[in-house]
Amino acid sequence: MEPSEIFARLEKQFAAKVSDFKGDVQEPYFSVDAEAILEICRFLRDDAELKFEVLSDQTAVDWPKEEKIQVVYHLYSYAHRHQIVLKVDLPRDNPTIATAEGIWKVANWFEREIFDLFGVIFEGHSDLRRIMLPEDWVGYPLRKDYVEQEEYDGISTQRAPLVDKLMR
Amino acid sequence: MNETAQDQDTGFHTEDMTISVGPQHPSTHGVLRFVVKTDGEVISEAIPDVGYLHRSIEKIGEKVTWHGYVPYTDRADYLAAMFANQVFCMAAEKLAGTPVTRRGEFCRVIACELNRLASHLISVGTFGQDIGAMTPFVHALRERETINNLMEEICGARLTYNYIRIGGVGYDILPETCTRISEFLDHFEPIVDEFNRLLTGNKIFIERLAGIAVVSKEDALQYNLVGPNLRGAGIKWDIRRDIPYSVYPELEFEIPVGTGHIGALGDSFDRYWVRIRELQESCKIVRQCLKMLPKGPAISKVARKFKPAAGECYVRVEAPRGDMGFYVISDGSEYPYRVRIRTGSYTAMSIIDKLSKGIMLADLIVLIGSLDVDAPEIDR
Amino acid sequence: MQAYLDQLIQGGAFAGMPREVVYAIGMLLAAFIVLSAFVAPLAGVTSWLERRVWARMQSRVGPNRVGPQGILQWLADGIKNLLKEDIIPTAADKKLFSLAPYIVFMGFLCAFVVIPFGGHLIVADLNIGILYILAVTSLVVVGILMAGWASNNKWSLLGGMRSAAQIISYEIPAGVSVLMIVFLAGTLSMQGIIKGQGWAPWDWYLFHNPFTFAGFFLYFTAALAEGNRTPFDIPEAESELVAGYVTEYSGMRFLFFFFAEWGNLYVIGAVATTLFLGGWQVPPLAIFENSPMLLAVAQFVTFFLKAYLWVFVAMWIRATLPRVRVDQLMSLCWKYMVPLSFICLLGTVAFMFVPADGQRITSAAMFGLGVAITIIFFLRVGFQIRQAKPELYFKPHI
Repeated sequence: MEPSEIFARLEKQFAAKVSDFKGDVQEPYFSVDAEAILEICRFLRDDAELKFEVLSDQTAVDWPKEEKIQVVYHLYSYAHRHQIVLKVDLPRDNPTIATAEGIWKVANWFEREIFDLFGVIFEGHSDLRRIMLPEDWVGYPLRKDYVEQEEYDGISTQRAPLVDKLMR
Repeated sequence: MNETAQDQDTGFHTEDMTISVGPQHPSTHGVLRFVVKTDGEVISEAIPDVGYLHRSIEKIGEKVTWHGYVPYTDRADYLAAMFANQVFCMAAEKLAGTPVTRRGEFCRVIACELNRLASHLISVGTFGQDIGAMTPFVHALRERETINNLMEEICGARLTYNYIRIGGVGYDILPETCTRISEFLDHFEPIVDEFNRLLTGNKIFIERLAGIAVVSKEDALQYNLVGPNLRGAGIKWDIRRDIPYSVYPELEFEIPVGTGHIGALGDSFDRYWVRIRELQESCKIVRQCLKMLPKGPAISKVARKFKPAAGECYVRVEAPRGDMGFYVISDGSEYPYRVRIRTGSYTAMSIIDKLSKGIMLADLIVLIGSLDVDAPEIDR
Repeated sequence: MQAYLDQLIQGGAFAGMPREVVYAIGMLLAAFIVLSAFVAPLAGVTSWLERRVWARMQSRVGPNRVGPQGILQWLADGIKNLLKEDIIPTAADKKLFSLAPYIVFMGFLCAFVVIPFGGHLIVADLNIGILYILAVTSLVVVGILMAGWASNNKWSLLGGMRSAAQIISYEIPAGVSVLMIVFLAGTLSMQGIIKGQGWAPWDWYLFHNPFTFAGFFLYFTAALAEGNRTPFDIPEAESELVAGYVTEYSGMRFLFFFFAEWGNLYVIGAVATTLFLGGWQVPPLAIFENSPMLLAVAQFVTFFLKAYLWVFVAMWIRATLPRVRVDQLMSLCWKYMVPLSFICLLGTVAFMFVPADGQRITSAAMFGLGVAITIIFFLRVGFQIRQAKPELYFKPHI
């Protein structure tokens, strides 16, 4: 199925909850309302004609200028060999979205990583802990305005440039 | 403290034992950790703990230029550096519309398939070692050493290649090198049979693998297993064939899938067997490429100040550990806006929690080895 | 040994000394000579040989720097380990932790007392020789369990537990296989068992009847398991249990465990040779009759080579086979080897009622079978060797 047909099908089903279809780019995508993400994902997975049984990738992108964090779902269907990209815009000060863990189990780890590096809270997630960084790390490194803490566990994270060291 | 009903009957007091497997354990292949709860030798829960090798490659991507990021992608999975090179370059080319020369494409495929041989050799070799067979490991690494020598000839590096560049490849493959590669293939193809006689056909080895840690088709999809792990579960899916890229459509090769002829479909043996057969398929691919290698430049003209148009793309290739995807966003500047690396080991790691319930401690090692998880690729 | 001392006493060499003191001093001296001149180099050279044999099989070089062909590597390793810091974990049970290596070491060393290297070359020909070996080698399990427990490390504990279960289980098939030979020989003494056999292969207990033939392989497999050798090396399975019961050991104590392991290999081979392969029996040639020295040397060499053959086989097996899982190990023992060994025992007992002529015919037939199996085996090995590809070496030209 072509991306435009997929979008048309979703629009018929969910009307205003999906919007902004972009079909003339490398990977066609559309935006989804944060509240409706679960029902749309479940529909995408279970519908016989869509059948997106795989969450190929899930990640986030920080857009400080637009004051939003975008969670991006890359879906793929082995049965029908088509793919689609879902984007969910979340407010930057309180990014919260329902977890897709119940639909694709692999979302568990993807969402842990997004929580770790972007600070997006996934409601209903069974095990929302930091995964890459230590539990007591401050800040979310993949946000654009992230400033590294100066000291972690008594160890300085700053290092003088090597040239300065040699000049001294 | 975990008293069971049985304990109360007999008056014995038993507790689950919590063991930390790793981060410095001989068979975690890198720096991984599992917090394992066991009842004697039987595992009731194994919680993976990753992140020891996190080098924030994704963040670095936002701070360096497009050309400058290629060497960093090597480090994402240093056992299969060529693939990360290729997928990032493919993403950049797709965004900017840069053409790749035809000779460049063939050079890429030759280098990648040699790299796949090297990576799979490590995988099956260390797998044998995990189960206690020392000799196959050394034999596998011996062959890998020859591949490393060939790689050194091709691109001057043995592990982190930085060979594939935006628009083609860094250096052309010399005619002498082509002869040596085909000489190596003549030598290597019988070695696979020797390896099978030594390890695969061994009764103890089969007993240890067959029926252990069975991944059903549904689980493979739910947990998004990719590559040999997915094919081992019986799903015939290979990006080289199904979402063709580079010159793979012109090449003839088969896609091995797990058959469950020993044990159950999707068990550890199937995943191992898929890798062994992929060794032979890769040999076939390299042979064809050497024959078809066209004349011409290896790299097309690419601007020094590479500035692709604003946009985004998600490119996947079939790496040894399954599909490796780069989700790259460009805002039209000299630096990528966001680089996201999606790797096969990361999702394979997430299924260990489920598969490890009720197996024995020795089987956990088999499970880790058969999924071929690679710590740098998980943590990036 | 005792006879020799009696001779000396009668000759008046130790005039005025009580007989018991002479015995004690003599025995200690003999133990010292055996330990320092034979056992230590033996275990050391075995370690070197194992590494070289492995290296050859794995197309590597192996240790070749210390001495000619690296044969003194074991001395260098010993000195290195002596100089290393001996670390005892704070949480360990210090007394047991320090004691464990010595108990393991003692268990294997005591076995050398009754190993008959030649017609007269034996420290003490105890009349319960083989029983004594079974008894003292069981000390090893006490030491290993002690090490596993005292280390206060979960890996060590798992290793110790595995080891205890394994060694105790495999004692049974090993013991029953030994019993088979004891029935045939009618004695427990090591020399008595050897004297019950002849120098010719068809006079060996190995080819006596089909049941002893099977019993030999049962014994060898069980002995490998008792010696913690691959494919039964699960107590120290380094890919599963880090290093099993030796995880927390370092320096000399660590070395003692491996000393015991390599020395134990030879004990396994020696016992197998004594029981099944005719021991030190040499053909009655004319030159041996008037030269007892030459006879002793010939006997020693024969015994040593026969025993060492099995050490080599153990190395070969270790380089080839993967490791079994702990439950597979147990089911192999209790489901297959224990019943089989009892069948063999009963069969041997039944065979003792066959008249001598019949026994001779069976021996000849079994010998023929043994030769045929050996030939087939070596043909297969030859095929594998011809098929094997040597290393392809590319010198990268850049």
